[in-house]
Amino acid sequence: MDPVLVVGSGLAAYTLAREFRKLDRQTPLLVVSRDAADFYSKPMLSNALAGNKTALSLVMKSCDKMAAELNATVLAHSSVDSIDTQARSITTAQGQTHRYRDLVLALGADATRPPLRGEAAEAVLSVNDLGDYAHFSDALAGAKTVAILGAGLIGCEFANDMLSRGIVPTVIDLAQQPLSRLLPQQASVYLRSRLEAVGVQFRFDVAADRVDRSGAGFAIALSDGTILQADLVLSAIGLRPRIALAQGCGIVVNRGVAVDRMLATSARNVYAIGDCAEVEGLNLPYVLPLMQQARALAATLCGTPSAVLYPAMPVVVKTPACPTVVCPPAAGAQGQWSVESTTEACEAHYVGSDGTLLGFALLGTATAKRQSLLAQVPALLAAD
Amino acid sequence: MKTYICIVCGFLYDEAAGIPDEGIAAGTAWKDVPQDWNCPDCGVAKSDFEMVQV
Repeated sequence: MDPVLVVGSGLAAYTLAREFRKLDRQTPLLVVSRDAADFYSKPMLSNALAGNKTALSLVMKSCDKMAAELNATVLAHSSVDSIDTQARSITTAQGQTHRYRDLVLALGADATRPPLRGEAAEAVLSVNDLGDYAHFSDALAGAKTVAILGAGLIGCEFANDMLSRGIVPTVIDLAQQPLSRLLPQQASVYLRSRLEAVGVQFRFDVAADRVDRSGAGFAIALSDGTILQADLVLSAIGLRPRIALAQGCGIVVNRGVAVDRMLATSARNVYAIGDCAEVEGLNLPYVLPLMQQARALAATLCGTPSAVLYPAMPVVVKTPACPTVVCPPAAGAQGQWSVESTTEACEAHYVGSDGTLLGFALLGTATAKRQSLLAQVPALLAAD
Repeated sequence: MKTYICIVCGFLYDEAAGIPDEGIAAGTAWKDVPQDWNCPDCGVAKSDFEMVQV
């Protein structure tokens, strides 16, 4: 019997494998991963310093243990070069060919590289997987200052996390506030002041133009003509879904690998989940969506066709200095933000013209209201 | 009373505080949290990823 073949070993891949095994103990399961295929949780990478985690201690289960628990074959260090959707097989870079009954692409996303000039542009780090984290935490030894490119979710989380090591982070962004794409302005201002109060520095309205070596560290030339010195430069400007493999074998892609509510790509018996997938136009690189996808697809693969449902899904920003939960309004939602803040809390509601709560942001002690507000927000992809 | 952390997303469950919003009263021991409970931050099932004590 040909196996269900999962490409990838991140949170989406292993969650799908686990959900599948809950329903089907028999069908062979093959996991093919380009990395070591140890199980770790990517969201933990941006708050690992405070917990004194190393790349090793972030591994929750080794590749071998995962294989045993899942009754699966796990091929580590094997990147997939091509898919033959007619013959239903994949070929790895090592030249091995594996047939599949169903193929699940859980390829993840690449960190977007900032367009930088300068002789040290290549030395700018990003932390997108466990290997990157190992490299980053080594590079961090002895660092007192770090420049972070990007004041989005990951940039803010890393900045907060570095404070635990006594490092002064300076976060640089072209926007005027942190999390400008997720939060209404007043909430952004609140987050900024709480993060500044504990020692995070921000440089807004500027971009990094070039990075050059300077002494033991780096000089970052900013678009306003100033130069910032830092021991290390970390980029956190965003993610780009990995689509090349699917695109290369004729599968329809947009920003991500295009899938329908069944998580099916344009090729028969080929599915996509996680950060690489774009579900009816939605590419949401967060944990809650991939949990929903994995559960729906596992049922489908076990003979119960199940469309993925997206309830209203809050995004948690792990900035302990200012706990933050955002339930972003759906793209195209028509409404208005109203924001109230005190010293302890900031609460923002995005309300439609008919009074429906379409999204919210809760900061500080207001995060306690999450469950009660969440229950009011309509689903993003509802049951038919 | 102990505190547990979700190994997927870092969510903290404090037995002393419980999660009254989700019907888990303050003082509920981790072992008494229902098996079908999911982590409110990442949706992972209690039975899949045990929280670890911190």
